[in-house]
Amino acid sequence: MLEHYLSLAVKSIFVENMALAFFLGMCSFLAVSRQVKTAIGLGGAVIFVLTITVPMNNLIYAHLLSPGAMAWMHPALADYDLSFLGFLSYIGTIAAMVQIVEMVLDRFVPPLHAALGIFLPLIAVNCAILGASLFMVERSYTLAESTVFGLGSGIGWALAVVALAGIRERLRYSNPPEGLRGLGLTFMLVGLMALGFMAFAGVQL
Amino acid sequence: MAKPREALIDPLFNNNPIALQVLGICSALAVTTRMDTALVMSAAVVVVTMSSNFFVSALRNQIPTSIRIIVQLTIIASLVIVVDQVLKAYLFELSKQLTVFVGLIITNCIIMGRAEAYAMQNPPGMSLIDGLGNGLGYGAVLMLTAFVRELFGSGSVFGTTVLPLASEGGWYTPNGLMVLSPAAFFIIGLLIWALRSWKRDQVEAE
Repeated sequence: MLEHYLSLAVKSIFVENMALAFFLGMCSFLAVSRQVKTAIGLGGAVIFVLTITVPMNNLIYAHLLSPGAMAWMHPALADYDLSFLGFLSYIGTIAAMVQIVEMVLDRFVPPLHAALGIFLPLIAVNCAILGASLFMVERSYTLAESTVFGLGSGIGWALAVVALAGIRERLRYSNPPEGLRGLGLTFMLVGLMALGFMAFAGVQL
Repeated sequence: MAKPREALIDPLFNNNPIALQVLGICSALAVTTRMDTALVMSAAVVVVTMSSNFFVSALRNQIPTSIRIIVQLTIIASLVIVVDQVLKAYLFELSKQLTVFVGLIITNCIIMGRAEAYAMQNPPGMSLIDGLGNGLGYGAVLMLTAFVRELFGSGSVFGTTVLPLASEGGWYTPNGLMVLSPAAFFIIGLLIWALRSWKRDQVEAE
């Protein structure tokens, strides 16, 4: 049983890395990877929010939205299939959770709030967060599996963004052709990193 | 007040959402292994950007600034649900291949970005045109990437064989890299390089 979760974690961190294999969360991936310090901040926030929202959305899907899920409330509700409301509910949950997490952190763990501060609101529109929830529904994970998956894909994303930031900091001393400077070169870099991460394909525990 | 023509043409080359504004890359890369999925994706994004710009702009005087992000997200999410249902009804096979990426249009930064930057300040008609222009700018990059990837990766264009594959008695050995994810990054990187060599003013000063 434990092996199954371990394998899922390794798969979501390395093999199916959110950023490098599915291109999710690219907007902030490219925008925030200029400095290692900010990259670590955003990476931490993403791990945090993913670990909370994926299981949350799993509960919502399993008990409210999937076909016949509302039977526990009243037998008459057993025929309903609300899965078309999925997108709206997931993004709502994510936006609300981000807001709640921000308030809770501000109240109880001020240092962490100060560190993650500006990144938390940004996360609501990070594709990686919504993407993880959608993958969770598509692959019909259980609650425990989706917690592991959320944590794993968060760590994978954070790993990729910190690594990219490290390379970009070094890149400042290079002298690329004019038109390639900045965005173009970053794309190439991410491509090379994706190639590197492909070496993990097929890794199974 | 910008002219409608400029609002439409500008995002195609001069201010391309992907190449210059770095928006909406999230979903752009994964759907470009084949041209038909890229076309459906571009069409979906054009429809959603246009209509979300229109509705956000129509409501811009009613939306309180403090909760505008949530309101915009709700408008966009509802539109994406409509698009998703239509795709499932009429193009079921393709919508299966696009998997989660139709849903990810919601968090496509182009749509949020244009709603926030343009539709909140401009009348509905112009916002509609701006949405169309940006959607097309996104679609253009998507189609170009998909063209290169499908042609060299599987030797076909829109599923029709152009370069006969060696495995099927032809002469072309497909480049396996093209159908994998890194190729998308390389192609977009090269595309940006080409665009910036042509339009000098877009070069980043670092």
